[in-house]
Amino acid sequence: MHKHKSNNALESKLDAVSISIKQSIKNLDSYTHVRGESIYVDDVNVKQGTFHAVVYDSPKAHGKIKHIDYSKAEALEGVERIFTYKDVPGKNQIGGIIPDEPLFAEDEVHFWGMPIALIVAESEFIARKARELIEIDIEELPVITTAKEAKAKGSFINAPRSFSLGDTEKGFNDCEYIFEGETFSNGQEHLYIESQGAYAEPLENGNIKITSSTQGPTAVQKMAAQVLGVAMHKIEVDVTRLGGGFGGKEDQATPWAVMAALASYHLNQSVKLILNRHDDLRMTGKRHPYESTYKIGLSKDLKILAYEVEFLQNSGAAADLSPAIAERTLFHATNSYFVPNVETTVISCKTHLPPNTAFRGFGGPQGMFVIESAIAKAANEIGVPPRQIQEANLLDENDTFSYGQIAKKVEAKNTWDSAKSIYNIEALEREVENFNKDHSNFKKGLAFMPITFGISFTNTPMNHARALVHIYLDGSVGISTAAVEMGQGVNTKMIQIAAQVFSIPIEKIKIETTNTTRVANTSPSAASSTADLNGKATLKACTALLGRLKKVASEDLDISEDSIELKDEYIYVNHKKSELSWTELISKTMMKRVALTENAHYATPEIHFDKTKEKGHPFAYHVYGTAIITTTVDCTRGTYEFDSVKIVHDYGKSMSEGIDLGQVEGALIQGIGWMTMEEIAYNDQGRLLSNALSTYKIPDIFSVPKDVEVIPVETDGNDMAILKSKAVGEPPLMYGIGAYFALQNAIKAFNPNYELKFHAPLTPEKVLMSLYSK
Amino acid sequence: MITFILNNKTIKTPEHSGMTLLDFVRYEQRLTGTKIGCREGDCGACTVLVGSLNNDTIEYQSITSCISPLGNAHGKHIVTVEGTNLKNKLTTTQEAMKANYATQCGFCTPGFVVSLTGFALSNSEKNYRNAINAISGNICRCTGYKAIEKAAHQVVSALQNQKIDNSFNWLIKNGFVPEYFNSIHKRLKDLEAKDINQPKGKYVSGGTDLYVQQADHLADNSVHLIAEKDYLKGISIENNRCTIGTNSTVSDLWNHIEINNHFPNLKKYLKLVSSEQIRNMASFGGNLANASPIGDMTIFFLALNSDLIITNEQEEERTLPLKNFYQGYKTYDLKDGELLKAISFKLPTTQSFFNFEKVCKRTHLDIASVNSAIHMSLENNTISEVHVSIGGVAAIPKYLHDTAKFLTGKPLTSETILEASNVLQNEIAPISDVRGTSDYKRLLGRQLFYAHFTELFPKQFTLKDFVQHA
Repeated sequence: MHKHKSNNALESKLDAVSISIKQSIKNLDSYTHVRGESIYVDDVNVKQGTFHAVVYDSPKAHGKIKHIDYSKAEALEGVERIFTYKDVPGKNQIGGIIPDEPLFAEDEVHFWGMPIALIVAESEFIARKARELIEIDIEELPVITTAKEAKAKGSFINAPRSFSLGDTEKGFNDCEYIFEGETFSNGQEHLYIESQGAYAEPLENGNIKITSSTQGPTAVQKMAAQVLGVAMHKIEVDVTRLGGGFGGKEDQATPWAVMAALASYHLNQSVKLILNRHDDLRMTGKRHPYESTYKIGLSKDLKILAYEVEFLQNSGAAADLSPAIAERTLFHATNSYFVPNVETTVISCKTHLPPNTAFRGFGGPQGMFVIESAIAKAANEIGVPPRQIQEANLLDENDTFSYGQIAKKVEAKNTWDSAKSIYNIEALEREVENFNKDHSNFKKGLAFMPITFGISFTNTPMNHARALVHIYLDGSVGISTAAVEMGQGVNTKMIQIAAQVFSIPIEKIKIETTNTTRVANTSPSAASSTADLNGKATLKACTALLGRLKKVASEDLDISEDSIELKDEYIYVNHKKSELSWTELISKTMMKRVALTENAHYATPEIHFDKTKEKGHPFAYHVYGTAIITTTVDCTRGTYEFDSVKIVHDYGKSMSEGIDLGQVEGALIQGIGWMTMEEIAYNDQGRLLSNALSTYKIPDIFSVPKDVEVIPVETDGNDMAILKSKAVGEPPLMYGIGAYFALQNAIKAFNPNYELKFHAPLTPEKVLMSLYSK
Repeated sequence: MITFILNNKTIKTPEHSGMTLLDFVRYEQRLTGTKIGCREGDCGACTVLVGSLNNDTIEYQSITSCISPLGNAHGKHIVTVEGTNLKNKLTTTQEAMKANYATQCGFCTPGFVVSLTGFALSNSEKNYRNAINAISGNICRCTGYKAIEKAAHQVVSALQNQKIDNSFNWLIKNGFVPEYFNSIHKRLKDLEAKDINQPKGKYVSGGTDLYVQQADHLADNSVHLIAEKDYLKGISIENNRCTIGTNSTVSDLWNHIEINNHFPNLKKYLKLVSSEQIRNMASFGGNLANASPIGDMTIFFLALNSDLIITNEQEEERTLPLKNFYQGYKTYDLKDGELLKAISFKLPTTQSFFNFEKVCKRTHLDIASVNSAIHMSLENNTISEVHVSIGGVAAIPKYLHDTAKFLTGKPLTSETILEASNVLQNEIAPISDVRGTSDYKRLLGRQLFYAHFTELFPKQFTLKDFVQHA
């Protein structure tokens, strides 16, 4: 589509990408997706007598509940029952890391939108009407909405965490330049198009089955059991797929599933609870806003010698996943750079916002934004282009991260240098410069954004998964894993693995729903690790089965196992096709009473982390990449477009090029959205103002960069990744951070008086105000 | 009884005409391919097609079923994603989405498929720009749209040889829609869709605003649907004066050839007004009666110095300048039983200049922070007549009396514009809200005022003439 006459090397690389994508496997769910036949929670055929539920939530951010009158709501025809904390037979508690989050408010409310009761009625419509009839009397208490305020008042989730490397005091002494500053990055609404929801059905014997739109089936199961006061085996959680998750359904799918289960438990009827969009926006947490202060020191030759930063995380009213997210902020505080002396601290501040939660990048983006801001500030003050500082400090092989891990198979410089040469940076920069000379009402800006992102749950014990593989009598295969499909294409990848090991067509393989009765005690589908962990488990299970099949074949054919291979649904002996087919072999295996089922467990090797020392080797590997973003700002209106994003990305050896490119593009656009138009607004009373899709805007088709080019960096891949195909879910989101700095450069080109500010998102409002600031 | 064809099935339902079409197809008919994303027309996951009989053809348009009253389906052909499916194979559109990885989680996907199928069925020219316009109301959170753009390209190239005559046959043969589409024309004609019972109640036309604000209320109370009232329809031009029935939709204006001649940039302006799905439903009457201080079309018509024609139950008519219609925040000069019938204005000529500006957080499918329009005539570089309007900076959509008065009779120079801009600043009183701070809206008001002149007279003015360091 796009011609690059001047750059034949680029053109041929893009052609190669386009060919590999055409040949690459399609997302196997797409057939039912495009026909509208894929099933999400709200599409499940409900049982007769199903009730519908709506959550009644706090209309104030902080206060004591003096009185609630449910009588009018209860009297409304069609209302079955209203549940509160008093109806909880077990513990009214759903906090995962720290038990500080009640399912239903008891005497106090801690955020606007905090669940107080569940209204169960014959229809959602009636339940909503009943909600309007509830009267509440709340004695209001002071409201904290910002992290700074919380810090001043000593309102914290837990103790601060600090990572340290070298000696920053000494480091700063050796510096030619030292700069200090403040940054702010706002939250971000997940805006999965499928809102939160669950469907609970009573089974016999007090057992309950929950169909949930969750990334963490085990979390739902555990909390439902805890709230109902029953054993975990009485709760079955099943997930077919999610209409988007992005971290928003890692922990926060739980309350709604548990509430549906609670109502189902009491009523002995099925109960459906789907949040409507407004309820979802109001009641659920988002990406954490961060207020940060930094101090950066550089040598004369632009080496960053010392870096100190304090991150104030706005955690909201309960811990949720905040401590883990705070930790990852520290892990990524220096992004792709080697800094010998580092001192980083993160403080999780308790405020009266909905508990903020996981969002693609998990605190990493917030950390990276600060160091990129510090570099931009330093460059501006010193009078050099930011990319000179970025380039002078890129990670090298065997450099030490602040958390003690030694960087191995580093691709930071490789992707950076490749991006510069493939995309002809000199020409690009000249183009921007010339454009800015020739135009007074439009200005262009360009920025580089390198990324380095660690792969693994930073909480080492979570890095495991299991796969249960059945080969059925007829040779068809069914696979259950802990992986939840939410658009990332993990189902397709699992099928690819089995198809490759068994050498059978993908049509013979089915991915089952994610179900806690088949695969138990799972980690959530998160941390970009789902395909790695579950893929490795699937690989292990399939390989074990293959071994048994080969043994049967060798006995049957009376030939040594070494000379046997399975290929294209036949058994090959010494590379020659035999008459024994896959299906016949399965049948023979069955006759020999050899198990055609395997359950494999995979736990990532090598990784460890000691929280008492804040040192270790927490990541299986890192993902690297570099993006160059160019923007054009309309200096009359303050609006802007992104001309192009040119990326060199480290996929390892991608096993599904089309799917992985989709992850890069989707994450990039989400990152740009976070940095530009997506603006969460609460008033000082803690009420969400950006409470609908009319007031919270995410990128639409017109607002995405005109040109997105992604070239894979050529590497040998990494054996810790499944089939050497590296994790791809989160890292590319952070390319979007470059959008902020590209815009800032364009503003600067128009208004020499503009003083750099690091306050994301850079909305058209802020751009216009900056263009004309004095 | 509400009677219509849903996919390949004739529906006669006693359901309340004020319930949403979405709830009917999803929960009454169990067609779960139509998804719920936002219930306010802002995501497109619930997009369906509406086919209306028009003489010898059927015209298909996409709409968001979440803010459409079921009663508006009466006499129509409603197509959900299931209604586009072929047996055991994908349609050309579906295949394009699949082949280009344009679906990830799949939740928004049926909406995109339906919108692109609507594009194939529509009369619009089969180019890439129109294909993208067709999905302008569809939001995807997973893909970042680049893959969807590729799918749109593939759909457009598959439509290149489309035969316009007998296009259903062509589309069926080329795998865009199933065979039964051929029978719809006759079936719609034969459909015994008498006027449905219209109780007294809230007047609802397209419903695009009312259903965002009060869907539950409308589903539970009587509504009086007026979208099909002929006397409120139509666009006519007589003696260079254009009269638009208030039931006309933004798309009606978009497609009107003569109006496009008078406003060469009409599509550019209207593209800033919501999305194609909403433009297909949103009536001018609704936009005016909503009285939003930032109503795009209100601002547009104010600068045309339009008149409102108001009718009542006795069919008595009165005419009122639009600029005198609004009295305060969401209040206006309309008595009980009165209905906006039409809006009427003098069309721009080759000697007059019209421009419309709008800035919001997201350029498309968003509500303006500030919008503004101007219409002026020049005689020997002197402003002989001018009307300026601005939205988002006062309690009402604002006609700038003082600014217009100041400009009239002045030479068209940068000094005049700079001084007029000061007058404008005294005429507006923006407040800080989720669409921006008052300082921002003041600055934006000034900038959009400048933009009118740099847009209309690019040879005469550039940004440099008005601001420093440009």
